[in-house]
Amino acid sequence: MSQAPILLRDIDEPGLATLEVYQRRGGYEALRKALAMEPEAIVAQIDASGLRGRGGAGFPAGRKSSFLPKGDMDKYLVCNADESEPGTFKDRELMQKCPHMLIEGILIAARGAGITRTFIYIRGEYEAQARILDAALAEAAAAGYIGEGILGSDFSCSIVLHRGAGAYICGEETGLLDSLEGKRGNPRLKPPFPAIQGLYQGPTLINNVETLMTMPHIIAVGGEEYAKLGVANSAGTKVVSVSGHVKRPGNYEIELGTPSREIIFDLAGGPPDGRRVKLWFPGGSSSPVLTEADLDVPYDFDSLAKAGTMLGSGAIIVVDDSTPVLDVALKLAKFYRHESCGKCTPCREGTNWTVRMLERIDAGEATPMDLDIMASVQEHIIGNCLCVLGDAMAMPIGSMIVKFREEFEAHMLSRQIAGAVA
Amino acid sequence: MAVTRYAHGSRVPGWDRAADLDKDPAGVPDPALVAVPAELRSEIEAAMALYPDRHSAALPALAAAQRRHGWCSPEAIEQVACVMAVTPAYLTSVATFYDMFELEPVGRHSVYVCTNISCSLRGADELYAALEAAAADDPNINLRAFECLGACDIAPMVSVDHAYYGPLELADARRLVDDLAAGRDPIPELALALRRTADPNANSEGGA
Repeated sequence: MSQAPILLRDIDEPGLATLEVYQRRGGYEALRKALAMEPEAIVAQIDASGLRGRGGAGFPAGRKSSFLPKGDMDKYLVCNADESEPGTFKDRELMQKCPHMLIEGILIAARGAGITRTFIYIRGEYEAQARILDAALAEAAAAGYIGEGILGSDFSCSIVLHRGAGAYICGEETGLLDSLEGKRGNPRLKPPFPAIQGLYQGPTLINNVETLMTMPHIIAVGGEEYAKLGVANSAGTKVVSVSGHVKRPGNYEIELGTPSREIIFDLAGGPPDGRRVKLWFPGGSSSPVLTEADLDVPYDFDSLAKAGTMLGSGAIIVVDDSTPVLDVALKLAKFYRHESCGKCTPCREGTNWTVRMLERIDAGEATPMDLDIMASVQEHIIGNCLCVLGDAMAMPIGSMIVKFREEFEAHMLSRQIAGAVA
Repeated sequence: MAVTRYAHGSRVPGWDRAADLDKDPAGVPDPALVAVPAELRSEIEAAMALYPDRHSAALPALAAAQRRHGWCSPEAIEQVACVMAVTPAYLTSVATFYDMFELEPVGRHSVYVCTNISCSLRGADELYAALEAAAADDPNINLRAFECLGACDIAPMVSVDHAYYGPLELADARRLVDDLAAGRDPIPELALALRRTADPNANSEGGA
């Protein structure tokens, strides 16, 4: 990777979480620039940058911002910092080490969309990160970056840090809104989309931490300059969390379009010696799995979509050939069963029955039909719920059944034989 | 195969306990009858003031009550309901949804072990078993297997009183329990806060 890092540029600079060091490194200059720009010009720059949402769906950030109605009604911006997708830990490192960049990004995005009230919804487990953000917010407010008439301009903005309490579903944008309103985090029916009717029924812009943290850089260098990074339809850099069976798990900032093999082997060190990559999740545990044969797929939105999977939150989980695919599938299904909010039947029941069928295979009680039934359960979940939590189990499990059918069948048979002998 | 309806999916402890249909539901507690510690009251009122709608303070208010009482006891919920002017049932419905609210009395040190996919690939299930064995006799430890805590780079990892540590060896389980029992900082050299980023290309200006 020849591209100089953007988000990780100064990440280990001692004291980067303090205002003084952040400013010395050029912090809040982009905000000054944005305050001198018309709001429409800010959105136009973000649009021109080609930045796509870094939280999972990959929706163009500029367009999302332009969906908000113009006018003086109460509008809200919510930063989604409920990073709970298994395998994802980029926002944790970014917020912990560089909280002011997030604050600056929120202010720029809010200015662009004409928003004056903003919230950061951070997952409850990130207590240390919440404390660091709290301190940074206090410092920024004292320096006049947050509040009434920011830096002498006509722009006012508040930021409230809201801590969750442990529920994966609150990372889903409408579940997050309900949770922020003090309710159980059940997703809502869409449409209306949050941009029209979101938090407290007002138009609401929801962006991921990494998306917002990229905005200061876009404003600083200009949207067209940023769009030169990456490949067509996948502009810019992305912080990728690599975990599982690799020698050096961690966050790596790559230019989109980098071959996946380079990320997994050159950066993260590849699987332990003597082991081979058996399967890997390219975008968190919700993405359909790929195998060793797909390692040369370029890591960008469109190439991964063409390979039948998705970039998601940018979390690569590598599983080597020492682990049975059934163990991975069972772990995954149990997670989604636990986290299903229970509102929609296909998800609540589908995740439950998938776990039971997988346990049946493991116990040697499965019939040859079970794999087909399980595959059809997955098909019946997809697209039939208010949110994509059920799909997030159905897609990877479905892809495992297709790609590792022989292993599932061999596993079934060996357990049955073991049972018969006993 | 016998199917126990709902036994799997309900996130609500006590869903299978019979409801007393003759009993009236509790209303909003009367402020004249409920004693609320002054500190807790001001903490909840400060939270309510942050939002356009006071209901948004439900999570921070319950968290504050749990810090004070150790768990979301009926007494704690009643106090929060009194200050927020909502029914205890509303708060109970919220508290039962989220994993971090305790609905039974627990030990004062929380130890969450991530047992999700990335950690389990690196031995989290064995680590959890080791911690279970080590902490079996310690009533002060609230040991829980947790879903992904967002720290797969230090897998297998634990969150001790909400601070992250990892990667742990099996032998660290005993040490962690002993450190907590002795009131020391647990396994300090494994604290996440000390770690540098893994990316060799980061810190282009030699930030360290």
